Amino acid sequence: MPPKAVVEIEHLKKAYGDVRAVDDVSFQVFEGEIFGFVGPNGAGKTTTIECAEGLRRPDSGRVRMLGLDPQADGRKLKERLGIQLQETSLPQRMKVGEALALFASFYPKSVDRPTLLKQMGLEDKEGAYFDKLSGGQKQRLFIALAMINDPELIVLDELTTGLDPQSRRSMWDLVRGVRDRGRTVVLITHFMEEAERLCDRVAIIDGGRLRALDTPSNLIRSLSAENRVVFTAEASPKIDGLSSLPGASRVERTNDRFVVHGSSQRLVVEVVNFLDANDIPFRDLRTEQASLEDVFLALTGHEMRN
Amino acid sequence: MTTLRGLGQLTRMEIKLYFREFFAVFFNLGFPLIMLFLFGSIYGNTPNPFFGGYGSVDVLTPAYLAMLIGTSGLLTMTISISTYRELGVLRRYKATPLSPQTLLFAQLLAVFLMLVLGVVLLLVCAKLVFHLRFNGSALSVTGAFLLSSLSFFSLGFVLAGLMPSARSAQAAAMIIYFPMLFLSGAAIPREVLPATVRQVAKVLPMTHVVNLLRGLWVGDPWGKHLTEVLVLAVVAAVGLVVAVKTFRWE
Repeated sequence: MPPKAVVEIEHLKKAYGDVRAVDDVSFQVFEGEIFGFVGPNGAGKTTTIECAEGLRRPDSGRVRMLGLDPQADGRKLKERLGIQLQETSLPQRMKVGEALALFASFYPKSVDRPTLLKQMGLEDKEGAYFDKLSGGQKQRLFIALAMINDPELIVLDELTTGLDPQSRRSMWDLVRGVRDRGRTVVLITHFMEEAERLCDRVAIIDGGRLRALDTPSNLIRSLSAENRVVFTAEASPKIDGLSSLPGASRVERTNDRFVVHGSSQRLVVEVVNFLDANDIPFRDLRTEQASLEDVFLALTGHEMRN
Repeated sequence: MTTLRGLGQLTRMEIKLYFREFFAVFFNLGFPLIMLFLFGSIYGNTPNPFFGGYGSVDVLTPAYLAMLIGTSGLLTMTISISTYRELGVLRRYKATPLSPQTLLFAQLLAVFLMLVLGVVLLLVCAKLVFHLRFNGSALSVTGAFLLSSLSFFSLGFVLAGLMPSARSAQAAAMIIYFPMLFLSGAAIPREVLPATVRQVAKVLPMTHVVNLLRGLWVGDPWGKHLTEVLVLAVVAAVGLVVAVKTFRWE
């Protein structure tokens, strides 16, 4: 049986004045996957997803979410959808428990609230006012609100922005748990490490266009990416011999910091043997694998961080 | 079903939030009572030919109703809608199955219910403490109250829609509200205002609310106040159209 598409987007276009925020984007998200939508700020990620959620009206193109047209069946769709948005807020004097109870009343069914609070690590914040919460607590509350209706599809826009490393990891576990219960997760992020670790498939978007779509490991492999050996050493004439190593394609040098590029699996062995044989003292030697960040750079010609 | 439940819960929540805002409670509930007790204790409520045979409190109370309507429509409504928009609260609600109409209606209903509470408090105090007189028809005064509320609530939406930020909406609301409050006869009886001020004040919608409510309060027929009714109906109609056209979610 082919996987069921829960998000279908075909030739989506949306412009603001002269700016083509989304320029002919097509992709599908299948049931039970964590789908990453990555790109720099202003790439068109949020606009695409908000068109899909029915919060914005696309200029053209076809959108189906859970088989529904978000413009015509917005209400039915939103009952089955969980949404975490960027740049939102609650009334300052609303309490955490009140917010959950209020949002639960908007849906035909909702999850057990004490359990949800506990999952989010907010169990002792139930009576706290929204404006007294820290940034991370607010973020976790918004994730809780996105999950209050036990959605079939949950869309998280910048899930872990503003979270400390520990809550970031616990959010990742939570998202995997949601997927393992058969739900589908769409994750918008400009944080490449998050996409690489968490997502089953990743769409890379830049300048309103879809640049690539595949599993993180396929994307990295498609780069036929090179490994790097990085180390610090005193400059000496002998060190120029590095570039003639059979596994090395290129050597970069900044002051006493050397980066040897190469695709051979034996690159690190060759480099260490060379340094040792020539009595060149070195320290801080490590290898670096290509990452999604490199894929992005190769595809778009610029770095994620503008 | 979920629409009604959502509407009910959101309205209840908004009323709770209202009681957590000191300034909202003060301006909508406390301030008119302070005015009533202040002027009531200075002038009493004995009949006076200066007020056509009525006492000060009889004349001030319907004028304070106009003040309450202005506070709710211009201040509370404008500030809450523009703040919710700026903070992204409206956006968050919009991502739920709650329809946009339900969401806005809940805001309106909450403010209106608080207005009614303010009115009831004012009337009960005026009656119990100052033996307020009433010679009109309760139905007529209620009708005029609803029409006036409609026109001022739509003005609140217009201001929230036209002003680019919560701060500017709040400033505009204050700049319009306070001069209107004193020139229209809502805070000070029109009888003590100079004739030129009274002439100029005719362009203010609140003046028409004051005149309509004061008239119907003492038993005037509607026919005596057609100008006021017409002005308020036009303000309400134009206001609603402009409000719908200028309303923004973010």
